[in-house]
Amino acid sequence: MSKLPIRARVATTLGEAAGRMSRLAGRGDGSVIGGVVGLRVAPDLLRQLAAGRQIVLVTGTNGKTTTTRLVAAALSALGQEVASNAFGANMESGLVSALSGAPQAPYAVLEVDERYLPSMIKATSPRVVVLLNLSRDQMDRAAEIWLVARRWREALEGAPDCLVVANADDPLVAWAAGSARRAIWVAAGQRWHEDSWCCPECGSHLRRDELGWRCGECGLSRPSARWVLDSDTVIDSTGGVRELGLTLPGRANRSNAVMALAVASIFGADVDQALPRLRSVTSVAGRYTTVQRRGRTLRLLLAKNPAGWLEAFDVLEPDGRPVLLAVNAQVPDGKDTSWLWDVDYRVLRGRPVLVTGERRLDLAVRLEADEVPFEQVSNVDEAVDRVPPGGLDVIANYTAFQQIRTTLGRTV
Amino acid sequence: MTSQPRHAAPSPTGSYRPPLLGSPEPMTTPIQRAEPEQRAAEPEVSGRHAAGRSKSRSLALVWIYPDLLSTYGDRGNLLMLQRRARLRGIDVEPVEVNSDQPVPRHGDIYLLGGGEDLPQILAARRLRADGGLHAVAEAGAVIFAVCAGYQLMGAVFGGVQGEPVDGLGILDIRSGRGERRGVGEVVADVDPELGVERLTGFENHQGVTVLGPAARPLARVVLGVGNGDGTEGAYAGHVLGTYLHGPALVRNPALADLLLTWAAGPLRPLADEDESLTRQLRAERLAAVAG
Repeated sequence: MSKLPIRARVATTLGEAAGRMSRLAGRGDGSVIGGVVGLRVAPDLLRQLAAGRQIVLVTGTNGKTTTTRLVAAALSALGQEVASNAFGANMESGLVSALSGAPQAPYAVLEVDERYLPSMIKATSPRVVVLLNLSRDQMDRAAEIWLVARRWREALEGAPDCLVVANADDPLVAWAAGSARRAIWVAAGQRWHEDSWCCPECGSHLRRDELGWRCGECGLSRPSARWVLDSDTVIDSTGGVRELGLTLPGRANRSNAVMALAVASIFGADVDQALPRLRSVTSVAGRYTTVQRRGRTLRLLLAKNPAGWLEAFDVLEPDGRPVLLAVNAQVPDGKDTSWLWDVDYRVLRGRPVLVTGERRLDLAVRLEADEVPFEQVSNVDEAVDRVPPGGLDVIANYTAFQQIRTTLGRTV
Repeated sequence: MTSQPRHAAPSPTGSYRPPLLGSPEPMTTPIQRAEPEQRAAEPEVSGRHAAGRSKSRSLALVWIYPDLLSTYGDRGNLLMLQRRARLRGIDVEPVEVNSDQPVPRHGDIYLLGGGEDLPQILAARRLRADGGLHAVAEAGAVIFAVCAGYQLMGAVFGGVQGEPVDGLGILDIRSGRGERRGVGEVVADVDPELGVERLTGFENHQGVTVLGPAARPLARVVLGVGNGDGTEGAYAGHVLGTYLHGPALVRNPALADLLLTWAAGPLRPLADEDESLTRQLRAERLAAVAG
């Protein structure tokens, strides 16, 4: 890594300067612009920066940023530096920034946008690829998921040296990972079934029972898993059972954690070494952060698509505390709000619900159809003023989440 | 209640169970609010579509193949029809029919949603084999099909590589793959015959559709791509299709009411407070693309 060609070194330096400027100007965390500048000078920069390192790529529709953070935390148990795009900048420029920011790190844990996985596998020759889940996302932005699964499958077929850690409970993921020469299967669970009614191989109906899923026609079935998430415990590949005891809330994060433990073990970090590191993670790029605001305790949850909202609802405090929902439809969110109709909001009945964001009217009509009473507010502070002192859970999609963080002073 | 197989209900926690035929679990109506309070078991009335809905029966809204054709919030159309019917005192029976179940013949309004290429082809194959949708269309049932569902109502549509795939031939349209994907907001002026205000919605497709003599364009495109020739959607009798995807009826309550009128006869207007949010959303979206 210290032997980068001169052009790559110049590119890296220029990129870092741009990133610093961006941070100083308060425009963001600088993790995208730095990479963009670097790539303009040296288009092959990512390949050069990745060479000679042990790379883990993490992708899926939901949980990428959190799992990347958890894997990086687990690998830190090995006592060496770990490069990572910890802020969710998951396209080529973000990967370049992460690697150029840690030129000596022998390990890199990189979140990758699900559409870019094939090209990022080619560019970085990863040792491990982690496939979390695949479900509908905003489709003006993301690709259709059967297509994504097919591309993953082809990319893994062409990467025989790569070890895949995949969620066996997600049929699309399992089918995509089925082409890999070597796979470690994790029973990480799947609550969102709406995108996997049918067999990815032959299109017949999948049957599900406590043992998992199988296709009655072509015989495709859930691979048997070496790692299992069972309620709040993990069963590792040797049969050892341990309580997870994470600080991060929710079933989805327990699932992410088991994936991370499976990855860590490949690199020689066993569960007893890795688990304490996972427990110490309290928030990820502002998600799950608790903020005090005018006597209220806000908890920030990010949810970007129907499966993500389902997991966010799982994290809501069961005490009926108020919840603020915020939805935008800017480019990073997807400009189409149709997905709101795939979320079942009826679980919110019985709690005070407030709605905000640039597309709060879409949300309002959606809640009205689900007979969930709500109030519209113009921003997070108005919501704070409307609820009694105590807790307020906030669920927002991508840019709405960033706006709320900005309002709260980026203390989060 | 009918004995039609049903889609398993979403549980109160929002998790959905797959419908396994022969499952020992009790089947319930898919929409919790849709408790069939005073619905009596009634024999099938032949020719009821042509004759109009008998007043004593609930309005059966049949969502065809949510397991294959539901990618863009297609549930929204079912929920909007249900809401607008109930607000007028019409009892509604929502029925979700998966692709391993027979198409029920007792429905008043049939809904088909969007889907990716492969699920669309599978849906076409199964609906052709089933024959139920053809039968109810001939009997005069209302069919509302969006995006991939719209394409497969026609004689032919484009497959995974753009190759022609046989559709159902219920609407006189032929679809194929276009040069580029149409993604974005759509505004279109509806055929004045239908008496429906301007359409507002979102499209995301690469299809191009040509209408035959037995179908009329639903609307003229003001903004967006639609069928690709300046028209948008198609209709014939009580069968209506559009490239507006997903919850197309949410921002087009007049279109929802047209379908309900076809199925249930004249409707009374809704109270202002029941329409207000929908009106605001509609105005906001139309204003957002007007600039």
